[in-house]
Amino acid sequence: MSIIYMLLAISVIVALVFFAAFIFSVKSGQFDDTYTPSVRMLFEDEVIKSKSTKPNIKTTKKPIIFKDQLK
Amino acid sequence: MENCFHCGDECRTTVIAHDNKSFCCNGCKTVFDILNDNDLSYYYDLEQTPGTTPFFQEGKFDFLENEKITAQLLEFNEQGTQVVSLLIPTIHCSSCIWVLENLNKLNPAVKTSQVDFPKKTVRITFSSEELTLQNLVILLSKLGYEPYISLDDATKKSSKVDRSLIYKLGVAGFAFGNIMFLSFPEYFEVNEFWLDKFKPIFRWLMFAFALPVAFYSGRDYFVSAYKGLRSKILNIDVPIAIGISVLFIRSTIEILFDLGTGFFDSMSGLVFFLLLGKFFQQKTYAFLSFERDYKSYFPIAVTRLLKNNASKTEEQAQVYELKKGDRLLIRNAELLPVDAILIKGNALIDYSFVTGEAEPIIKHSGEHLFAGGRQQAGSIEVEVLKPVEQSYLTQLWSNEIFSKNNQSSFQSLTDSISKRFTISLLLIAIIATTVWLFIDISIALNVFTAVLIVACPCAIALAAPFTLGNLLRIFGRNKLYIKNSSVIEQMSHIDTVVFDKTGTLTTSTKNTISYEGITLTKEEESLLTSTLRASNHPLSRSLYAILDKNNIQTLDDFKEDVGQGITGVINKQKIKVGSFNYVEKDAKIKNNQIQQRTAIHISKDNKYKGCYVFYNEYRAGVKDVFNTLSKTANIVILSGDNEGEKEHLKTILPKHATLLFNQKPEDKLNYIKQQQQNGKTVLMVGDGLNDAGALAQSNVGISISENVNIFSPACDGILDASKFKDITSFLSLSRKGVTIIKYAFIFSLVYNLIGLGFAVTGHLKPVVAAILMPLSSISIVVFTTIATYFSGKQLNNKTNVS
Repeated sequence: MSIIYMLLAISVIVALVFFAAFIFSVKSGQFDDTYTPSVRMLFEDEVIKSKSTKPNIKTTKKPIIFKDQLK
Repeated sequence: MENCFHCGDECRTTVIAHDNKSFCCNGCKTVFDILNDNDLSYYYDLEQTPGTTPFFQEGKFDFLENEKITAQLLEFNEQGTQVVSLLIPTIHCSSCIWVLENLNKLNPAVKTSQVDFPKKTVRITFSSEELTLQNLVILLSKLGYEPYISLDDATKKSSKVDRSLIYKLGVAGFAFGNIMFLSFPEYFEVNEFWLDKFKPIFRWLMFAFALPVAFYSGRDYFVSAYKGLRSKILNIDVPIAIGISVLFIRSTIEILFDLGTGFFDSMSGLVFFLLLGKFFQQKTYAFLSFERDYKSYFPIAVTRLLKNNASKTEEQAQVYELKKGDRLLIRNAELLPVDAILIKGNALIDYSFVTGEAEPIIKHSGEHLFAGGRQQAGSIEVEVLKPVEQSYLTQLWSNEIFSKNNQSSFQSLTDSISKRFTISLLLIAIIATTVWLFIDISIALNVFTAVLIVACPCAIALAAPFTLGNLLRIFGRNKLYIKNSSVIEQMSHIDTVVFDKTGTLTTSTKNTISYEGITLTKEEESLLTSTLRASNHPLSRSLYAILDKNNIQTLDDFKEDVGQGITGVINKQKIKVGSFNYVEKDAKIKNNQIQQRTAIHISKDNKYKGCYVFYNEYRAGVKDVFNTLSKTANIVILSGDNEGEKEHLKTILPKHATLLFNQKPEDKLNYIKQQQQNGKTVLMVGDGLNDAGALAQSNVGISISENVNIFSPACDGILDASKFKDITSFLSLSRKGVTIIKYAFIFSLVYNLIGLGFAVTGHLKPVVAAILMPLSSISIVVFTTIATYFSGKQLNNKTNVS
């Protein structure tokens, strides 16, 4: 029955790992903004699609700067 | 009527057809073109009409050329990479998030951009060699996402987010679960050989888990109890702290001398539930700030004029650097940040935010201008009289009310009951122990600790946080955003309600306009609208907005005398529109009544025709609010405005209401102070900076806002203007909330009596405590949640019906 010692140790270590994961996720600010990632998640597919259908558009375009147009 | 493809507004005056779509203005069309050309038209697929019309003013962000200013705004600036966080109030939908996070398609110099939707901020990393901060801000503004940069950004340094409560809650929850597992075998008291053999290690493991709960998670309760005792107040944390420490010490002794399992499970459960209540109670609105002062409204920089050998050069100077004698250039629609003397130009200053006076005031050169006014007509030159901290407006903030914390004087319901509770608890414990000393000395100490353990007021301490936390959320859904839960408790005691007039009782945008005088012919009306069209004066604008715009003609001649009026000529017919003195040279008909009102007078070919009179439009339901309020509270109106509206107001007010006009910001503050000294509990409802002092002084200060994202001075709550009529419902709901708390107290006292029954008779076993404590806590949470839900439902129904 001394296997109990090992089982205890394992269970405590597993619990501690999850606890550490929780502390880490709070510390890194993952719970600070709980709304935006839920929206952002839905964009991804569309962005890749538009890139694949019209390649090279980004590189041929000039950056937009309005300063000159204003004056 | 067509709607704009970009912003969704009705296309009123002009419709621009472009690419088979219609746009309301050139600004919207430009944004569409930019997005379309850069392969970003997915913006319009995500949401219908997601855009905002860009209002871009040339030169508005010139101050970003100044490196000292940009340095204050940047979070990071090294090796050609800069990081900036910008507040963009117009962020409102998923399309906004998408386009702002794809900024690098518009300009490759942008490396990453990340939107925080609840806070309405975007954090942009960009290469400073290819793109300056100024151009980045201009790019955003051109897209309709103009960042809001104020003096506040210059002073605040990145504030650390306090996450300690979440850590404490995590530790307590983690320990609670593990200790429950470990104490499971002991609950059933099976005398199995192997279980008995492992008892010590199980118990010492529990002790190890309990240590951080007692010394880290529960620390706040000890600190608060100590503070309370030192100031001779028996707050609710005193019995809690006694409970936790007795639980911990008795359990440790039991384990140490092998007397029993101890109550570590109950202790960690208690701390966990208490922290949960605390966590639930704090509902924060990330996009709102309740601590604003003048700094949030003032610009970060202004244009300073430098004289070098007769030639004038312009320079962007920080507002804090301004000294007496500096010359400033204030452009149209810019805010004057300092007290100054007008040197050159025509000043038409809108002080509505400072004094509550609705009409812009004309000032001539040589006159004093006060900080906080907004210039409405062209550019002016001014000379600084006092630096920003010493100006008339900002001095209001040096009043002691802004530095002292007036929350501490308020005794909450929980604190008032905890005093009686603690005293009777100690009495019961001592009596029970003395009785047992005569019966069985060995049990006496056990009884003493058992009483303290079982009577630990966990349920009482949870009643208020959960009730108020629920109400806070219900209020939030109904667009009353409250700073913290103690405000709701204070709201239930209100017996005097003070209103500001301009912007609070009246809407700030719309005006009711009526015509008095000789009826205008069709021809004259067309002449009038054509003339008004050319003017920028706010009154002309609002009059123009309501007039028929079908036959607008081109003017042959047009002249605007700023602050006086305008003259328009078509086909040798001359029309004069403006102040009475401007249109009518011989002031025979002049009387005081005309002077008091806000009106636009009209004369054609030097013949006086009549005038359009502007009335303040009162918010929907003002009369109902007054009627309902007058049953429970005194109503007071403090207005910074003149007495022009007095008669009209009297008709909608109940008879015994108090009306005071021409009140300066300090007068309002002092009036409320005086009422409080007479034992009144005051609710102040205001809107502008002129009410800031009164809002801070009052027991509860609620600021009304048409757009909750930006303009609201420091206060306890922010109410969306469309919900003004619900003020009475909010007040009655807060009173109901307090009643719910009282019922919850009775409820939890019953639990305590049952527990005391076990304790006093000396039968408190760990398993009883482990069941009783969570059961009482959970049932209180369920009770308060259901009760507040049904009370809140009444509010929702009411608003839907009306």
